[in-house]
Amino acid sequence: MELAASAIRRAPKRRSSDSLLEGLLYVWAAFVLLITLYPLYFIVIASFSDPSAVGNGQVWVWPKGFTLEGYKELLNHSNIWVGYRNTIFYTAVGTGIGLAVNLSAAYALSRKDLFGRKAITLFFLFTMFFNGGLIPTFLTIRDFGLYNSFWVMVLPFAVGVFDIIVARTFFQNSIPADLWESAQIDGCGNLRYFFQFVLPLSKAVVSVLALWIAVGHWNSYFGALIYLKDESLYPLQLVLRNILITNQMQSSMGSGEAAEIALRLANLMRYSVIIVSTIPIMLAYPFVQKHFNQGVMIGAVKQ
Amino acid sequence: MNSSPAFVRRRRAAGSIARNWGLYLLLLPAVTLLICFTYKPMYGVIIAFKDYSPAFGISGSPWAGFKYFEKYFASYQFEITMKNTLFISLYSFATFPIPIAFALLVNQMRVERFRRFFQTVTYMPHFISTVVLVGLMLILLSPGNGLVGHVYRLFGAEAPNLMGSSALFSSVYVWSDVWQQTGWNSIIFLAALSAIDPSLYEAAKVDGANRWQNVWNIDVPMLMPTAVTLLILRIGGLLGVGFEKVYLMQNNLNISGSEVISTYVYKIGLLSAQYSFSAAINLFNTVINFVLLLLVNHIARRYSDNSLW
Repeated sequence: MELAASAIRRAPKRRSSDSLLEGLLYVWAAFVLLITLYPLYFIVIASFSDPSAVGNGQVWVWPKGFTLEGYKELLNHSNIWVGYRNTIFYTAVGTGIGLAVNLSAAYALSRKDLFGRKAITLFFLFTMFFNGGLIPTFLTIRDFGLYNSFWVMVLPFAVGVFDIIVARTFFQNSIPADLWESAQIDGCGNLRYFFQFVLPLSKAVVSVLALWIAVGHWNSYFGALIYLKDESLYPLQLVLRNILITNQMQSSMGSGEAAEIALRLANLMRYSVIIVSTIPIMLAYPFVQKHFNQGVMIGAVKQ
Repeated sequence: MNSSPAFVRRRRAAGSIARNWGLYLLLLPAVTLLICFTYKPMYGVIIAFKDYSPAFGISGSPWAGFKYFEKYFASYQFEITMKNTLFISLYSFATFPIPIAFALLVNQMRVERFRRFFQTVTYMPHFISTVVLVGLMLILLSPGNGLVGHVYRLFGAEAPNLMGSSALFSSVYVWSDVWQQTGWNSIIFLAALSAIDPSLYEAAKVDGANRWQNVWNIDVPMLMPTAVTLLILRIGGLLGVGFEKVYLMQNNLNISGSEVISTYVYKIGLLSAQYSFSAAINLFNTVINFVLLLLVNHIARRYSDNSLW
């Protein structure tokens, strides 16, 4: 709370009610920080603690009975690592496809001299409010022979209309129109202009979209739940669902002391698996936060 | 020489398309994907009015009229799924002002470094995947050996079974959403606040307004356009209660409070393969959403300067 105090000291002459409210503001902020961070912190310390200490409610601030068992146990579950590998593939390929598809469409739609621009924009916007729904979409995917394949995770749903709108707005506002005029005079065509001039000038929006699409792929489980059958294709999130939520592991256990130990390990592993699966995003996040905020700002610009 | 206006227009269009063929090539991948995987399934919606069987295909299956719609309206699940869907969406809709209030408060923080840190921390939960979030909830909210159970016991009380109660399902669903998304959802409002012309505050100061009066008289009205636009979009999805989180949170104990239209559509359609029935329920849901969207947009157009179209 020194922060609040210094703020009050630095501020020019204030009514006392003002500084009281200022103090309350920082008390509220501290409370919000606590309820946001503590649950996550608890998972971290619980993952290094003796499971029975966690179960008895002895773990509050520091790990109790330090152990790495939970992390060791992860190594025995190959499906986690298969899922990890699949997710990295899906995210890399899916982000590449998503960027290619959405950026190129966004640039074309940003050009005022595109004939039929209004109609084509409507064609895109319409899909924001309507789709075929679960079953017709499922039947379509099956008819295309994409059911239970690698490609179903990265190709069919690569178009993101919201992403296109954001990128289109960026191109309209940040790429000077006379650049195209002069490039044209030099005999530069649309495609070369897009790849050589527009994209290098649009690093900000490219990185925003890359982040959005990548996080989306990393965190999604719905597509995999519906369109994948083979466990060898499962992304990490689906494996996690089985470990954290449907507890499929416990069904394969007998009884007695061995089962007791297995159950304890399973409980401990739930903490470590959360840590291991969420760390990549959490580590990357502070570095890319600036871009994220920028992206939302771009998106917030009124058309 | 033909020089009727229509002919000239046609020629100009053809010339423009020919000149910009590169742009149409850039549009091709996205348009193709949408036609194949979004517009083609829209045609498939007609199976809601047919007795679909894979042997005959979509167009070959016999018509069934409104049979499946009637079946849904007559089923005992109709009331449950409608009630839960409406209740959960209205409940989460009621939390709409929270990110706005949050943004107003963050905007008042004068210590720049603390403010940045605060924003970084409060955006973070947004990046936790739905699966991990529900996993966290199962661990932390457990009345026996979860964090909530321990906290209740500190105060000598008996913890409620938050994840295994039909009555509490909507509250757990909505408030965990608030926990996860408030920081993130406030970004757009903070952006709008940072765009406010400082001279407005100067003028208010001359009139003797203090900081908190400024919030009420300047910040709040300036956020209205953004808020109304987002509100309309939200209402458009009012009955589209997200499948992902509800489905993961469902269990045998809370099913009567957690079965919503989207989870029912999934179970009927993909788990018990009643394709036509499932498509009919889904179509019904879409129609209601669309009517709501039209209605709200109409109201917004009449009573404010903001509307979607």
